[in-house]
Amino acid sequence: MSDIKKFLYVNRRAPYGTVYALESLEVVLIGAAFDQDVSLVFMDDGVFQLKKDQNSEASGMKNFSPTFNALGDYDVNKIYVEKESLEARGMTMDDLMALTYEDEDDDWAEKSSMHLVSADEVRDLMEESEVVLSF
Amino acid sequence: MLHIVNKSPFEKDSFTSCMAHAAESSTVLLIEDGVYAALKGSSVEDQLSRAKVVALQSDVAARGIEGNLVDGIDLIDYPDFVDLVANGDGVQSWV
Amino acid sequence: MPSMDVNGSEVEVDEEGYLADINDWNREIATALAETEEVELTDSHWEVIDFLREYYDEYQIAPAVRVLTKAIGKKLGKDKGNSKYLYELFPYGPAKQACKIGGLPKPTGCI
Repeated sequence: MSDIKKFLYVNRRAPYGTVYALESLEVVLIGAAFDQDVSLVFMDDGVFQLKKDQNSEASGMKNFSPTFNALGDYDVNKIYVEKESLEARGMTMDDLMALTYEDEDDDWAEKSSMHLVSADEVRDLMEESEVVLSF
Repeated sequence: MLHIVNKSPFEKDSFTSCMAHAAESSTVLLIEDGVYAALKGSSVEDQLSRAKVVALQSDVAARGIEGNLVDGIDLIDYPDFVDLVANGDGVQSWV
Repeated sequence: MPSMDVNGSEVEVDEEGYLADINDWNREIATALAETEEVELTDSHWEVIDFLREYYDEYQIAPAVRVLTKAIGKKLGKDKGNSKYLYELFPYGPAKQACKIGGLPKPTGCI
């Protein structure tokens, strides 16, 4: 296929206060049917979407964080997390879910999808992308 | 006075403004995305000492940050929330 | 909300016939849902339905057909991990029909 485009989903919102995070995830899953080159960046409050140990039972909301673990099955395996955003929130990569994918070209070896990047690198990702979808 | 903050301190300035205006004797209750203000090591951590800060346990648990909070933040449940509102002398919501 | 009769008790479904509450599901209801889809359930059908329910339990979504096919192939063998096999079991779309019978919501991105 010749018309593969570079898609970048920019996630900047916390998971439960608004519906942006859930909507973004659904768009990513739907979009994954169209064989594009997809990257996700989590910055600002968006880094909270990937926080480990979410348990929304008592609050009566649906915990959709387990769905991020399915992204690898959908060939969405480039997950970028902005370092400056984590630091401002007192967090590190260890606070986030360790998302992985199985590499078809390497005998299905399990590999990490998570990449810690600087704000400068996020800027480059945005510049390199042909379609940027912001949530 | 009971102050209630429900917005992330990294996205809106309601927490910062609340802490700048809350009397030392007041209680600040963090709910919904407001609970992120209680994160240990964050850029707003210093402001927490200006008043007594408590957070709604179910909103903390939903966001998975129970282990990331500053020491000394009391976690309260819904009945406690009702008591705080009913027994206090006034409520201000920083929407 | 519409409902469906399963051996004398009422079960709530949505306007497309998907189970309203995933927790209502049991094998009897699955059999009744399968009848509305004109599917006769065999062990091979149950294998896929059980797989989908496990997938939903872990990830909180019903997988897209492409993902389902790949995952079934990995778990149940290559001869089953292809759309021909799955369409033979569920002629009107494996994800859609198997999800419905399994009591799951309509798959995200199911067009």
